[in-house]
Amino acid sequence: MSRIHDMGGRYGDGPVVPEPQGIAPFAEDWHRRALALTLAAGGLGAWTIDAARHARESLRPTDYARFSYYEKWIAALADLLVDKRLVSRDELAAGKAEPAPPHDRQLRAGAVAGVLARGSPYTRPGPAPAFAPGDRVRTRLPARNAHLPGGHTRLPGYAAGHVGTVILGHGAHVLPDTNAHGLGEQPEPLYTVAFAAADLWGTAEHPGDEVTLDLWQSYLEPA
Amino acid sequence: MLSHHAGMPHDDPDHPHSLLPSDPALRVKALESILTAKGLVDPAALDAILETYERKVGPHLGARVVARAWSDPGFRAALRADATQAIATMGISGRQGEHIVAVENTPETHNMVVCTLCSCYPWPLLGIPPAWYKSDAYRARAVREPRKVLAEFGLTLPEGHKVRVWDSTAEVRYLVIPMRPDGTEELGDEELAALVTRDCMIGTGLPEAPR
Repeated sequence: MSRIHDMGGRYGDGPVVPEPQGIAPFAEDWHRRALALTLAAGGLGAWTIDAARHARESLRPTDYARFSYYEKWIAALADLLVDKRLVSRDELAAGKAEPAPPHDRQLRAGAVAGVLARGSPYTRPGPAPAFAPGDRVRTRLPARNAHLPGGHTRLPGYAAGHVGTVILGHGAHVLPDTNAHGLGEQPEPLYTVAFAAADLWGTAEHPGDEVTLDLWQSYLEPA
Repeated sequence: MLSHHAGMPHDDPDHPHSLLPSDPALRVKALESILTAKGLVDPAALDAILETYERKVGPHLGARVVARAWSDPGFRAALRADATQAIATMGISGRQGEHIVAVENTPETHNMVVCTLCSCYPWPLLGIPPAWYKSDAYRARAVREPRKVLAEFGLTLPEGHKVRVWDSTAEVRYLVIPMRPDGTEELGDEELAALVTRDCMIGTGLPEAPR
């Protein structure tokens, strides 16, 4: 059910270490290359953002824990490239490949600014919302992908089985639980749901504190 | 054959990444060689991506939005109605910011943004997230003990303030609009924007009036 990335509320991590303001510089040159490679390869359109997240979450827990941020990215990228048959295992092992002409869907330098500025919206025509702001809803328990055991989902474990209040409706969005696995976009109404921190954690730093999450309709039932 | 020598590449059928060298700099270099040789990646595109996020897109853009929300009630109303549309009128849009919601701090409520499952962040407004935002410590702790986390940023909220932590679990990206500091009535948008740090717009900082 749970995977290593689902760490909200976990105990035992150390302090948060703030950094200077402004554009955050990359700590290492290979971090820069890892980010750029991941975005450029993503531009091939061979996988969705949900599949990319699932690839990172599917790293072995020991690797996920010991890898730095961009190591996770690069490991997931290599796994996706092999899964999509864009790169072979032999090529990875050799660390090189035979030269080939540009791929049809290669992201060209001249297209980068436009692609980054456009992004890819996740709203779709879809079913009418079953809930409205003010409605009380209960989240799925346990947190799981209902389409595929062990699959990707965006309901964190800490919020599973809790009752909260819908505060925003966002229209229908692509469902990550299916989209990550090639099972289609299956758009569903998306809501922001507010939970009392005291309900989630048993005790809160302050009685009025809240945590909100963005949750798809199939994660919810009326409460 | 078992070949789990420390630091040696090994063959894991589910995780072909283990075929790459274990040193991260060498891994990235190997992958870059493969992708460029195969025509999957244009080397000049890598430079263009880095040029975007190292020089052009960063928290100065979000700060312009906050300053305008402070000074222009019509813009503030537009931001409340549809923040994605409102920021687009300022030429701000893009990847990891396709669906923006602006959340306003009030005298009663302080807002703070996290992504516990990965590191979702409003890139077109704030750029690439800082390392702390992506750290296990922030992801794990912000939802359960926000005040302890804020204290590590040197921030103490007034007594009685409630905290609302927004866990970004979908493709909606949140921009915190802090309260305009007292004593800034005479300032223009550019001077106001200079008061708005990245952390103010994530909710781990507050703008300070100029002395």
